[in-house]
Amino acid sequence: MKILVPVKRVIDYNVKVRVKSDNTGVETQNVKMSMNPFDEIAIEEAVRLKEAGKATEIIAVSVGPSQCQETLRTAMAIGADSGILIETDETVEPLNVAKLLKAVVDEQSPDIVIMGKQAIDDDSNQTGQMLSTLLGWGQATFASKVELEDGSAKVTRELDGGLETLSIKTPCIITTDLRLNEPRYASLPNIMKAKKKPMETKSPSDYGVEISNRLEILKVEEPAARAGGITVPDVDTLIDKLKNEAKVI
Amino acid sequence: MSILVIAEHDNQSIKDATLSTIAAAKEIGGDITVLVAGQGCDGAAQAASQIEGVSTVLKADDASLSHNLAENLAPLVADTVKSKGCEHVLAPGSTFGKGFLPCVSALLDVQQLTDIIGVEGADTFKRPIYGGQAIATVKTSDAIKVMTVRATAFDKVAASGGSASVEDLGGASNSGLSSFVGQELSVSERPELTSAGVVVSGGRGVGSSDDFKIIEALADKLGAAVGASRAAVDSGYISNDHQVGQTGKVVAPELYIAVGISGAIQHLAGMKDSKIIVAINKDEEAPIFQVADYGLVADLFDAAPALTEKL
Repeated sequence: MKILVPVKRVIDYNVKVRVKSDNTGVETQNVKMSMNPFDEIAIEEAVRLKEAGKATEIIAVSVGPSQCQETLRTAMAIGADSGILIETDETVEPLNVAKLLKAVVDEQSPDIVIMGKQAIDDDSNQTGQMLSTLLGWGQATFASKVELEDGSAKVTRELDGGLETLSIKTPCIITTDLRLNEPRYASLPNIMKAKKKPMETKSPSDYGVEISNRLEILKVEEPAARAGGITVPDVDTLIDKLKNEAKVI
Repeated sequence: MSILVIAEHDNQSIKDATLSTIAAAKEIGGDITVLVAGQGCDGAAQAASQIEGVSTVLKADDASLSHNLAENLAPLVADTVKSKGCEHVLAPGSTFGKGFLPCVSALLDVQQLTDIIGVEGADTFKRPIYGGQAIATVKTSDAIKVMTVRATAFDKVAASGGSASVEDLGGASNSGLSSFVGQELSVSERPELTSAGVVVSGGRGVGSSDDFKIIEALADKLGAAVGASRAAVDSGYISNDHQVGQTGKVVAPELYIAVGISGAIQHLAGMKDSKIIVAINKDEEAPIFQVADYGLVADLFDAAPALTEKL
């Protein structure tokens, strides 16, 4: 069984994002970049399936600038066997990413695609669902537990009101939620080994996909700041303020 | 203009997030049709017909639609959009909407917008990016505009006062790609987290699932929903459907009380639009105090029970 794991390079989740002063976007110069955390969970899940003898091969794929090679090397250090970089300096919207990934699936014929439920930069939460539809495959989004069975996968999903379990036929798309697993830290020997693993570089046109964006970002702003509050000395004052000043209780 | 809103419902009633989604549709302006897809969903369809501002309710009642399976729901929605000539398609930005709407977008070859928080025009919308650390104003060139709506950003329309017609919609079929196995829904007498007027949340400082009862007692005194930080959920103090934050639920109640929560960016992204924020934390340096209207530097094990008793 072959697993494809798409990974995205994003601003590290610990970085406080700053809006550019000309409001055209956010500052990415000299900012720490990392693998999207949900994608790390996806790689980890694939590696665990391989370690359990259920998967035989893991291919990581990324779409973006040449620096995404680092993201792919990280995926290989965690345990992916090879990487494909679809190199472009343009912004690629989720629908186009899904079209590119469909072409990679057609070429590589994986049995399962495991990917993050959303990237923490544009917070779209769309690509996995779009890919499943473009492929005509079943999907299980927001997975917190994955069990592979013969010809199907049993996936527990995190919904707003609790948990739901679906059975989906393979091949299928699974998108990961936070609690599916805790990704391992790549060990130094594995980081060294990852440098020797095969990586291909392609372009969107190699896959016959033209990147035509539909969205125009008119401006990017800081969210409205909250006015500073006050410190109250005790519980009685707090209750008084909530009742008589804020009038919320 | 013709707008299609996909209702989130439980077959009997309409979820509040749907009412906020219809409010966003009203801001866009146009004729609003609500699709209620489910099994045995007549009650929900009738409830939808009473909602203010809705002109038509389409009821798709079929066994294949019983569990919102995206593979069955998305083609029905896409076909409806085409046959009715809808220019906008809106769904709540809940796990329901986020699960199936991108499939509709793929079928229609549309680049969807996720979680809009403002309507600037028929083709221009505001949406949060980077977990709410920035707000983007985005213009779409797609002829059909497909989007999920962040419920907390729009005031609910009235659930009554409307008199829409209810039409049966056929055409549902089972893709056979996925099937429902089971569910474990959280059962609670407390209000729903994302639509509650008051939310009391506990963080790592609470220390154990036993001590989370302090949070629950305060919530019950206020008729509030119970929330939690990611740290509290990861530590196993409470189940993950209570998580407030970038990767959990986004809430914006009248009153949000954060107890023993330090205020990581991740958590603030989920609650900073609350009207009044109260923070109780013994660490006066905790970042939560920077967004709090009222901060109380105190040990939560003294302050929270005292608050419960004196309210």
